[in-house]
Amino acid sequence: MIADLTRAERTWAMIIVGGLTVIGLAMAVGGRNDLLGVHGWMVMIVGLAGFAMMIRQFDAPEPDPERLQHYYDAPTRAGIILTLIWAVIGMFVGLWVATLLAFPDLTFDAAWASFGRLRPVHTSGVIFGFGGNALIATSYHVLQRTTRARLPDQISPWFVLLGYNLFCVIAASGYMMGLTQSKEYAEPEWYADIWLTIVWVVYFSIYIRTLMRRKEPHIYVANWYYMAFILVVAMLHIINNLAVPISLGSAKSYSLFSGVQDAMTQWWYGHNAVAFFLTSGFLGMMYYYLPKRAGRPIFSYRLSIISFWGITFMYMWAGSHHLHYTALPQWVQTLGMAFSVVLLVPSWASAGNALMTLNGAWHKVRDDAVLRFMALAVIFYGLTTLEGSFMAIQAVNSLSHYTDWTIGHVHAGALGWVAMIVFGSLYALVPTMWKRPKLYSAKLVEVHFWLALSGTLIYVFAMWNSGVTQGLMWRTYSESGALTYSFIDSLVAMHPYYIARAIGGLLFLLGAIVASYNIGMTIRSPIAETSDDAGQDLPAQPALQAGE
Amino acid sequence: MALSERDKVSGHMTTGHEWNGIKELNTPVPRVVYIFLISATIFSVTWTILMPSWPGINDYFRGLLGADQQAEVRQSVAEGVAERSSWTDAIVDEDFTTIRADPSLMQTVRETGKMLFAENCAACHGAEGLGNPGFPNIIQAPTMWGDDPATIMETIRVGINSAHDETRYGQMLAFGRDQMLPLSDVDRVVTYVQTLSDPAIATADNAEDIGEGATIFADNCAACHGETGTGMQETGAPNLTDQYWIYGGDRSSIRHTVYYGRQGLMPTWEGRLTPAYIKLLALYVADLRTAAK
Ligand code: HEC
Ligand code: HEC
Repeated sequence: MIADLTRAERTWAMIIVGGLTVIGLAMAVGGRNDLLGVHGWMVMIVGLAGFAMMIRQFDAPEPDPERLQHYYDAPTRAGIILTLIWAVIGMFVGLWVATLLAFPDLTFDAAWASFGRLRPVHTSGVIFGFGGNALIATSYHVLQRTTRARLPDQISPWFVLLGYNLFCVIAASGYMMGLTQSKEYAEPEWYADIWLTIVWVVYFSIYIRTLMRRKEPHIYVANWYYMAFILVVAMLHIINNLAVPISLGSAKSYSLFSGVQDAMTQWWYGHNAVAFFLTSGFLGMMYYYLPKRAGRPIFSYRLSIISFWGITFMYMWAGSHHLHYTALPQWVQTLGMAFSVVLLVPSWASAGNALMTLNGAWHKVRDDAVLRFMALAVIFYGLTTLEGSFMAIQAVNSLSHYTDWTIGHVHAGALGWVAMIVFGSLYALVPTMWKRPKLYSAKLVEVHFWLALSGTLIYVFAMWNSGVTQGLMWRTYSESGALTYSFIDSLVAMHPYYIARAIGGLLFLLGAIVASYNIGMTIRSPIAETSDDAGQDLPAQPALQAGE
Repeated sequence: MALSERDKVSGHMTTGHEWNGIKELNTPVPRVVYIFLISATIFSVTWTILMPSWPGINDYFRGLLGADQQAEVRQSVAEGVAERSSWTDAIVDEDFTTIRADPSLMQTVRETGKMLFAENCAACHGAEGLGNPGFPNIIQAPTMWGDDPATIMETIRVGINSAHDETRYGQMLAFGRDQMLPLSDVDRVVTYVQTLSDPAIATADNAEDIGEGATIFADNCAACHGETGTGMQETGAPNLTDQYWIYGGDRSSIRHTVYYGRQGLMPTWEGRLTPAYIKLLALYVADLRTAAK
C-alpha cells in the first residue's frame, strides 16, 4: 500500500496519521475522566501504528509511474478482506444475541455482554462493517470500470476505507462500554459522527472527481445508485446526529431534537438508512455484477431511470410508517403510508428489470451458484419490498408493529437481499481482483448457497410465525373484556421460535465462514497466466496525466 | 461510441451505450408498470383524501371520513371500561364474603386475576406466586401482615417500605453491621434460629451456643418475631419456625440477614391499578391461598 505512494504522497499520508495521533492524544487527555479517553487512546494507537508503518517504508523506492495507467485496485482488495472479517464478526455476534433471547442467562453477569450492548454491535457490525465495506470496495471497482478512469489519487481511497473502519471499531467498542446515543442505527456518539462525516465527504469527492474524468460519455446506472447512497447517507447522518456534547471532554451528548420531533427525525433517518444504505447502494452493486456475470444487457434503460427516481423520491417520505399509532400526528402517518404503498412500484420495477435481464441466461443461474446468489438476492428484494409496503399499511402495522414480524422482515432483506448480493458480487469479483483464473472451489460456493438459503428461510419463517403469534396474543381478550395472555405468556410462546432463529442464524454464519475460507484459498492459489489488466476488463484509458 | 444493435434473445435494440461490456436494451417500460403505478397512486391519493393528511401552515386537512386516532383510542378505552363494568362494579361494591360466595364472579376473578398477576406481580413473586429469592411465597407461606382478603388488599394498596404515605414498614435490623450485637452473638443467635425450623441442627457440641442464642433471641428478636419466633403481624416480621424463607434458610443466608439486615420492597399499587383491580388481586391471592391449604 505504502510502496505505491510517491514520496510526496507518503509525506501527506504521514501528516494525516500524525494528525490522527494528535487528535487521539487530545481526546485521551481531555477525556481522561471519561470513556472518551479510552477512545482517545485507541485513536492514538491507530495513528501511531500508521505513523510507524510510514516511517519504515518511507525510503522505499519510488513506485513505477506506469501504475497510473492501470486501475487502482489495492483498496478494493483490502475492502473485500475487511468485508469478510466484519461478516464473520457481525454475524457471530448476531448469533450470540439470538441465543441470548432464547437463553437470557448467557451474559456471564457482565455488563458488556448484556443484550442491550451486544445488539448494536451486531447491527452495526453487519450493516456498517460488512455492508459498508462491501459497498466501498465494490464502488471503487465499479466506478473505475464503468468510467474507464483510475481513482483520482492514491491516498483518499485508503483514507476512506481505513477511516471508515476506524469509525466502525470506535462504534462497536463504544457500545460494549455503554456509549450510545440510543438512536437505532445511529448509536455512535458525537466525535465518531464527526469523524464519519469527514470520511464520507472525502468518499463523495472520490466519486465526483472520478466521474469528472470519465472516458465514457454516459454515467452508468450503478453509479447513480452508489452516488445516491453516498449523498443521501451524508444528509441523513448529519441531520439525525445533530447533538451538543455536554463537554469536549465527555463522550455524552444530547440530541438537538426532543419528543416526537426526535422520533420522527430518527425514523426518517432509520428508514432512509434502509433505503439508501441497504437498498440503493446494493442496487448499484447488482446493476454491475449481475448483468456482467449473466453476460446479458440490462433489460430496459428506461425502466432503470424511472425506478431510480421513483425509489429516490418516494423513500424520503415513508419514514413515518415506523411510528404508526404513536404520538406522531395522524396526518403524518397517513402520508407515510401513502408514499410507502406507491414505493412498491419502483421497487418492483427494479427487481423486474434485474430478473428480465436474466432472460436468456437462466441456464447460467441454474449452473452457476455465483449468479444464483445474485438472482436469489433480487427475488428476496422483491419479496421484502412487497412485505415492507404491506406492513406500512396501518391496519397491518397494528398487528405487526413491535413484534418479531419486523425482525423477520428486516432479515429477509438483510440476509436474503443484502448479504446474498454481496456474496454473489464478491465471488464474481475476487478472481479478477487477485488475477486468479477462478475461485478455489465452485463446490464450496454451492455449499454456501444452500447454507445461506436454508438459514434465511428458517430465520424468516421462525420470525413470521413468532411475530404473528405475538401480535395475536397481545390483542386477544377474554369474554370478561380482560386480556387473555400476559406478556410473559407471549414470551414463553416465542421460545421455540427463538431457538429456530438461532439455528437459522448459525447456518448463515457457517455460510459466511465457508465463503471466507473459499476466498482466502483463492487468494493463496497460483496467479493466472494472462496478466493483462484484470482479465476481461477494458483497459483504463491511458490518458491520465497528473493534474488532470 | 458503440452503435445500437438488436439483441437476439429479446428482439429489442440496445441503447448503444456500453460500460466495460455491459449494454442496455432500449426496451420501453412495460405497460404493466404504468398500470401498477397508476393504481397504486390512485389508492394512495384516495386514502389521503379520506384520512387526515396534507399539512397546511397552521392546520392539516382532516380527511373526508373525519377519522381521529386520538378520539378512537379514547372511545375504545371508554367502551372497554363500560363493558367490564358489568363485573368491576360488583367487585367494588360487594363485600369479600359475598363475592367469594358467587361462583360466576369468582370465575372472572380467577380468569382476570391470573392475567393481572402475571402482568404485575409475577416478575417478583413468580408466575404461581410461590416466591423467588428475596420475594416471599405469598400463596403457601404464612403471611407476615395477615391473610384475610381485606389485609392483603391493604398490603397491595400501600405496599411495604414503599413510596406510599401509608406504607407498611417492615425492617429487619442490621445487628452485625450496626454493631448491635458482637459477632459471636450473631453466630449464636443464627444457630438458634436454625434450630427453630430444623431441630436436627441441635447437637451436643452446640448445645451451649443454642442456649445462649435463645437468650439473645429473647432479648433482641422476640419483640418483632414473637417469643417463639412465629412472627408478628404488628411488625411484619416473618415466622422463622417454618420451611418458608424469603432470603434463604441456610446458615450463610440467615447470617447475612442478621448481620446486614433486610428491607424488602413491595411497591404500592394505588394509582397504578384501579381499586377494582387491587381488590380483585386480593381476592385472587386469597383464593389461591385457600386452594393451597
Ligand atoms: C418489585 C417486586 C414486587 C412486585 C412487583 C410485587 N411484590 Fe409483593 N412483595 C414484594 C416483597 C419484597 C414483599 C415482601 C416485603 C417484606 O419482606 O417486607 C412483598 C410482599 C407482598 C405481600 C405480603 C406478604 C405477607 O407475607 O404479608 C403480598 C400480599 C404481595 N406482596 C402481593 C403482591 C401482589 C398482588 C403484587 C402484584 C400487584 C405484588 N405483590 C407485586 C415484592 C414485590
Ligand atoms: C424491628 C423488628 C425486628 C427485629 C428486632 C428483628 N427482626 Fe428479623 N425481621 C424483621 C422483618 C420485618 C423481617 C422481614 C424483612 C423483609 O422481608 O424485608 C425480618 C426477617 C428476618 C429473617 C429473614 C426471614 C426469611 O424468610 O428470610 C431472619 C432470619 C430474621 N429476621 C432473624 C432475626 C433475628 C435473629 C433477630 C434478632 C437478632 C431479628 N430478626 C430481629 C423484623 C425484625
